[in-house]
Amino acid sequence: MLLEVTLSGVTLGGMYALVAMGLTLQYGVARIMNLSYGELLIAAAFAAFWFYSGLALSPLLGLLIVPPLAFAVSYAIYHVLLQPLVRRARTRDALEVDSILATFGLLFVIQGVMLALFGGAYFSYSFLSFPLHIAGATVAANRLLALVLAVVIGLGLYLALTRTRLGTAVRAVAVDPVAAQLVAIDVRTASALAFALGGALVAAAGVLVSMFLTFNANLGVVFTLKALVVVIMGGVGNLLGALMAGLILGLVENYVAVFVDPGLTLAATYAIFLLVLLVRPQGLLGRTSR
Amino acid sequence: MIARLSLAAVAVAALACVPFLFEAYGLSLAINLISYTVLATAWSLFSGPTRYVSLATVAFFGIGAYTTAVFAEILPWPAVLAIAAGIGIVVAAIVGLSTLRLSGVYFVIFSFGLAELVRQLVTWWEVNKSRTLGRYVFTDITAAQIYWQLLALAVLVFVAGFLIGRSRLGLALRAIGDDETVARHSGIDTTRAKVALFALSTLFMTLTGAIMAPRWTYIDPAIAFNPVVSFTVLIMALLGGVHRLWGPVMGVVPLALLFEFLLARFPNHFSIMVGLVFILIVYAIPRGIAGLVERRA
Repeated sequence: MLLEVTLSGVTLGGMYALVAMGLTLQYGVARIMNLSYGELLIAAAFAAFWFYSGLALSPLLGLLIVPPLAFAVSYAIYHVLLQPLVRRARTRDALEVDSILATFGLLFVIQGVMLALFGGAYFSYSFLSFPLHIAGATVAANRLLALVLAVVIGLGLYLALTRTRLGTAVRAVAVDPVAAQLVAIDVRTASALAFALGGALVAAAGVLVSMFLTFNANLGVVFTLKALVVVIMGGVGNLLGALMAGLILGLVENYVAVFVDPGLTLAATYAIFLLVLLVRPQGLLGRTSR
Repeated sequence: MIARLSLAAVAVAALACVPFLFEAYGLSLAINLISYTVLATAWSLFSGPTRYVSLATVAFFGIGAYTTAVFAEILPWPAVLAIAAGIGIVVAAIVGLSTLRLSGVYFVIFSFGLAELVRQLVTWWEVNKSRTLGRYVFTDITAAQIYWQLLALAVLVFVAGFLIGRSRLGLALRAIGDDETVARHSGIDTTRAKVALFALSTLFMTLTGAIMAPRWTYIDPAIAFNPVVSFTVLIMALLGGVHRLWGPVMGVVPLALLFEFLLARFPNHFSIMVGLVFILIVYAIPRGIAGLVERRA
């Protein structure tokens, strides 16, 4: 029992980590506080659902199609919607307030479109839903697959950011945008790239989540909130921190849902958030306090 | 000064006559307008000077509404309002003390999910403890009485805003909004000032919810904690302009009428349209109507 709960907690935590990695790219590098972030996850989940039940395409194929699409959409959103705000903002705080407001509006637009298309009902589809037995515990195959894929994607991102020239440039912008310019890094391109990459990541997470969770058009806000909490908990801009915090949140939530009450999972999220705020507001692996 | 004061008194007296002049539809529109006036003005009371975007309006509004739903039948009305105010202040203190000593982002994130958290907690409590999801609100409070209570609340918000603007607290808050580090170095206890103002601002939101609850005869967590309320209040305040006390009203009147129209004509695409209107405002009129008026002058 405990092992089963832990396993499914790790799966959920892996999703949170993946989602938070994307958000930490958007917020840590592009300095955009994106409140419509979770909506993209739900949109990707709907896309995967539609591919599977409408076109009979495997979600694995969806994983190859949807994230590049989300990359393009996010890139367009950054250029059309957010770049004017970046140019207008005099200080970082002003950009933060403006981006919060603009993406809050975007949240309602995307959510409204999804509600108009799909209504408020819950959706799910059964893909690889047979049980697997691992060390005496039973896990659904789709969960395990989602976890493995999340690990692969997360690892790929980590290597891309730490081992390539472009990745190093992106990380440099996260540390200090002004100093990055001094060493001939194109901050604008790096920011747009990081924002779009964040969109692709959350779309990938959306496809994975759709394989094993039921979802509806209103769920994006909850994912955004959890991603934000994980990002703060791990330390803004810190990928390993996001991974750790995501796993902790997934595990705690699953334990609370199974052993206490499923209606209290968000309360558990907030309890963790409060604890972080009171004890270590710079995050588990954060270096400087802001 | 005396001229402006008497002008305000005449305006309030004229507004108090509205229930005698209009039929049911006109009165419900007036209630709508005045409740949003209180909410938007209370919102900018805190978020205007400090520039901390609060997304939690409906959390407090819903707390007030739910308090009425639970206690209206067993307690006298003033006691209901007092309980609502008490709960609202406690929640505001928890939020404020845990986030407002840090940078603004933490506050925004906390407020972003607060309504959802309170909604889930209320749902959990109702399902597991009181075993009723959804309550009927039966009171003998008429629409006209609701209107007058809201009008009184609106007067209080403006008086509070006026007094704060001329007090040491108001000066401290403007300093925080300009530069928090400088404010702290000039000896301002920034956390205490922010928490105090946040609690005051949410107090008005909680009371609005409590007073508005008898308008619905049936209430459940999804109705009381509808996130669209937080969103509309934010839009109205921004359109009007948050750096002037009279700013938000300028946004409330056109937008409340527009939303009334949109809800009637496009009920299924309402949030898309509201979202687009909002984005338009953020880009085109960042300082609100009040800012436009001032630039013209």
